[in-house]
Amino acid sequence: MSLSYLEANARERIAHLLDVGSFEEFLPPAKRIVSPHLGQLDAPVSFDDGVVVGRGTLQGLTVFAAAQEGGFMGGAVGEVHGAKLVGLLKRAVQDGAEAVLLLLETGGVRLHEANAGLIAVSEVMRAVLDTRAQGVAVIVLVGGSNGCFGGMGIVARCANVVIMSEEGRLAMSGPEVIETANGVEEFDSRDRALVWRTSGGKHRYLLGDCQQIVADDVAAFRAAALAAVQTCKSASTALTLAGLEAEQAMLTQRIARFGTLSEPQDIWVALGLSATQAQQVPMLEADAFVALAANYRVKG
Amino acid sequence: MDWQQLVAQLFPQGHSITETAQFLSGSAQVDGNTVTVVGTTGHTPIGIEIALAQAQAILATVRQHPGRPIVILVDTQGQRLRHRDEMLGINSYMAHLGKCIELARRQGHKIIGLVYDQALSGGFITSGLMADACYALPQATIRVMGLPAMARITKVPEERLTELAKDNPVFAPGPENYRRMGGIAEIWSGDLAVQLQQALAAVSNQDQRAALGQQRGGRNWSQRVVTAIVDGVDVQPA
Amino acid sequence: METLNYRYEHGTRTLPVRPELVGVVSSGNLEVLIEAVDLGGACSVEIKTAARGFGAIWQAVIGDFQQRWQLADIRISINDMGATPAVVSLRLDQAVESMLEEK
Repeated sequence: MSLSYLEANARERIAHLLDVGSFEEFLPPAKRIVSPHLGQLDAPVSFDDGVVVGRGTLQGLTVFAAAQEGGFMGGAVGEVHGAKLVGLLKRAVQDGAEAVLLLLETGGVRLHEANAGLIAVSEVMRAVLDTRAQGVAVIVLVGGSNGCFGGMGIVARCANVVIMSEEGRLAMSGPEVIETANGVEEFDSRDRALVWRTSGGKHRYLLGDCQQIVADDVAAFRAAALAAVQTCKSASTALTLAGLEAEQAMLTQRIARFGTLSEPQDIWVALGLSATQAQQVPMLEADAFVALAANYRVKG
Repeated sequence: MDWQQLVAQLFPQGHSITETAQFLSGSAQVDGNTVTVVGTTGHTPIGIEIALAQAQAILATVRQHPGRPIVILVDTQGQRLRHRDEMLGINSYMAHLGKCIELARRQGHKIIGLVYDQALSGGFITSGLMADACYALPQATIRVMGLPAMARITKVPEERLTELAKDNPVFAPGPENYRRMGGIAEIWSGDLAVQLQQALAAVSNQDQRAALGQQRGGRNWSQRVVTAIVDGVDVQPA
Repeated sequence: METLNYRYEHGTRTLPVRPELVGVVSSGNLEVLIEAVDLGGACSVEIKTAARGFGAIWQAVIGDFQQRWQLADIRISINDMGATPAVVSLRLDQAVESMLEEK
């Protein structure tokens, strides 16, 4: 029986992603570690401050995992929420985990916590890279309705592997913010098809910003996460000069090849898809899309 | 403060920093040693090109000048808000810059950030905030977002946010709040060259901001929550 | 935000020890934390709600809930963001059912 990742909440995602019954939560809701800042805005708190963190197994392998609850404050990161992620990343190193899985669904910095939220996201960024440096792979999963935006969109690309569904979006500024700043001509935030062509899983996969794309199914995400953990075992998880120079070249190439284009579909054609194939992209199921993309995508 | 005045004060022993389209790069002398300088000016938005240019300068330093310290000068209005940058994956360009700074740190380069004018959110999070320590001038503005936009997104009335922004540490923009929260290490005034030398001498490659925020009373929960999870215990009283 | 508290004495049904959480604090929704606590046989309910002035409705919904389950030595804590009585009822029942589930 398939379970939609998109429609599942954070707790459901973690429970079904990991081996049944294996998940042990750190600072569970009963501990009531809530936001110290939301009260002054008369906003409700959540007993887990919108993120579930803990340890479990994935096909028997010890993994640490976090799932952001997109329903609470858009999954945005406040002081406690960010500290839970940092604590998880550090504990994973200490306990010798195989990997950390970050199920990200977030608008980025929680504006209700402004300065504290910004510093929190920055600390998560450093913690992700520190965890990688100490030999523990960090794998990001993006498939919730809020996408992964803001400073957390940056954190996602600090991970070893990014796994997305077509429904997922990965970007920095949301379309509404861009439309507000620079007008509807710049980005019509109500053009959903454009939004997904711009920041959705398929586009990111073609560009090389996501390494795996799966159907909207928790079981598919589980299989992809397991494959990612296995892949990461066979190489170093840390940053290398060679790796970053290759990424520099890839990102420079990206501007050279596509920098004057304004429509994502034109990028797909520039990658080698025919005009017809490019138009079909949004309609394809995950497997068919992966098969098509294999010949054309940038290997990120 | 304009960047030429800034670098004249920071580097009295001399520098070769140039500006191209609001991107600053070059090298300078500090206490008899050469440092790489990279940064931005003119409150520029950070788009994919300028993020890449900063990353390039960092990588060149790691490749060609082992152990050379790096100084990041920050003046930005935040990330560039354009469809094109999002389409091309500005989050990846930003992450790339952050990773290059992290690599430099791992390879033993000391990295100091300095907000000398404006720093907003996305323009700051993978540059100044990825340094070993980030400092600020007293007149710097550091903030997450402009109040009207924040009001629109949070649905909190602008008047309420304006009130909070006056003296509430979480909302008030400015180096003093960031300092208290541990995000900024210190605020520099007086002899900037001496402050920079001291900063380079004091560098730690561990992220100490949560502990600092706790010590200074600006953030009372971050460090306690991290410790509780790492130690497998309840959150301890403040 | 408004905080409401209710307590019902002389419950009869106890539940397993492990705390459970159902729901999400999103618009029109709520989270319910349910825990076994020694309350001398009572059931206590604390609600923090973003919607002020609905005390009488909460009282009715919680009252019906306790009529249904007659819980003893149970503490229920709620963070609410404007859920309708129907959704509140549903989540409360889900909370009890999650404790009764075999794990």
